[in-house]
Amino acid sequence: MMSGARKFSRFNLVSLALGLSFLYLPIVILVIYSFNASRLVTVWGGWSLQWYSEFFNDRAMIEAAAMSAEVGAASATLATLLGTLAAVALSRGERFAGRTLFSGMLYAPLAMPEVITGISLLLLFVACGAERGFWTVTAAHTTLTLCFVAVVVQSRLVALDPSLEEAAMDLGCAPARAFVAVTLPLILPAIVAGWMLAFTLSLDDVVIASFTTGPGSETLPIRIYSEVKLGVKPEINAICTLVIALIAAVIVVASFASKLSSTRGETAAPL
Amino acid sequence: MTARRTFARPARLAAIAPYLWMVLFFLLPFGFVVKISLSQTAIAQPPYLPVFDLTQGFAEIKAAFAALSLDNFTLLVSDALYVLSYLRSLFVASVSTAILLVIGYPIAYGMARLPQRWQSVAMLLVIVPFWTSFLIRIYAWINILQHDGLLNQVLLALHLVSEPVVWLSTDSAMYLGIVYSYLPFMILPLYATLAKMEPALLEAAGDLGASPLNAFWRVTFPLSLPGVGAGILLCFIPIVGEFVIPDLLAGSDSQMIGQTLWMEFFNNRDWPVASAVAVVLLLLLVVPLAFYDRLQRRQLERAR
Repeated sequence: MMSGARKFSRFNLVSLALGLSFLYLPIVILVIYSFNASRLVTVWGGWSLQWYSEFFNDRAMIEAAAMSAEVGAASATLATLLGTLAAVALSRGERFAGRTLFSGMLYAPLAMPEVITGISLLLLFVACGAERGFWTVTAAHTTLTLCFVAVVVQSRLVALDPSLEEAAMDLGCAPARAFVAVTLPLILPAIVAGWMLAFTLSLDDVVIASFTTGPGSETLPIRIYSEVKLGVKPEINAICTLVIALIAAVIVVASFASKLSSTRGETAAPL
Repeated sequence: MTARRTFARPARLAAIAPYLWMVLFFLLPFGFVVKISLSQTAIAQPPYLPVFDLTQGFAEIKAAFAALSLDNFTLLVSDALYVLSYLRSLFVASVSTAILLVIGYPIAYGMARLPQRWQSVAMLLVIVPFWTSFLIRIYAWINILQHDGLLNQVLLALHLVSEPVVWLSTDSAMYLGIVYSYLPFMILPLYATLAKMEPALLEAAGDLGASPLNAFWRVTFPLSLPGVGAGILLCFIPIVGEFVIPDLLAGSDSQMIGQTLWMEFFNNRDWPVASAVAVVLLLLLVVPLAFYDRLQRRQLERAR
């Protein structure tokens, strides 16, 4: 009877299989149709790469993609820096003034509706007279994604044994040196995973970017959104497939990174 | 212990930069939203004057306060459009969250019962869509649901319907899109609590004569309630303010509040009313957000 309680039943199998196919079927269909030679969705015209070449010849779309890549890289880097500092303060700083407010400001944006974040940041930028474009979107995305980085890095730091740092300091390391020599290598995989999560979140965002961007600087999701409003276009299938491929590659790297850092079959969700 | 304390001090210094950043870009902007929501449409057209001009001295500040008005909030209460939008948002979020829980729980439960090395594979499979763009996943459904899309083709080929069904621009399409998009947000916290559960507890329940179903309801489910709570909050709060999904999948006859805010802002260019909509939305969500904050804190700052 030992294994009886944990047996993987047929019900478990069916719900898992149905759940995963529900999650994947639409994406698979989208990817397949991106290679459809026919313009009509109803007709399968054989395999073709023509929608991909259409994308690479679409100047506005390429520019939007480049803008998104720059915003994503810049905001993810800033967010990783700030988010890691925040995680260190929360997990190692013990008590400090305004700690509750600090953690509240870091956790609230995780669930906050994007329209609220978007409109409040826009009003801030307008009030300071900032010219809207690359830097305003980057600052907005940094604000949102640094919270995700802080949570990912913090959950790793909490799982780490602080006696490692203590040992380093007992052996004469200054705190900063103990952090760089002992803690940082151990949490580096989480930091890498945090950067990648921040990058994909930035690459994903329509609402906040719509509020905070200015004329002439469209990100890829804004561009895709306005095309989708007009209806299905095979070219969009091709772009979406490219984005999915990029994100899948990022996740494989990130999950390798977190596997490297996992201490004991850690199963914490990346949230 | 002394070593810990010396590390704690520099660690506290690390808070300075992110603290300032979040005050500047998260806390301060709410002040502007509140301020604009209290100003009149006519004088608050973009381009904006500085919100508070302190160089003008106290009299000016007093004048600024005198100019504040609750007109926008009165409008929100008196115009059925806004009240209905709020109600619809809360309704849609409640129904979707309930569906998500019913669908997500068995999936998370199945994952938690997989052999250990398969669990990480299953988790990766749930995370991939979570990382993949919302917009792309909604677009994938538009492909399938459109008039001559795959779903209608399959239904026609099976002679289940005699003519194409209108799926797009309906509430069913919107619910489908929301459930599809938020499913990973429900599964992951549920799985996190279910996977940590001690199997010996169920064995004990079995040894004491409980049937598997009984053991589930009296042992597994109550113990998974923190995960249930986290999943509900993580879905409910953002769904209330959802914009993209209802905008692309639902019909235009009724709006969720996120759409109303968007329309006031981008189409009507009425920033004060849009800000007032945001303020009320935030007030509606303060309680669930506080609960969510507490859950996160407890989960992340547990004593080591």
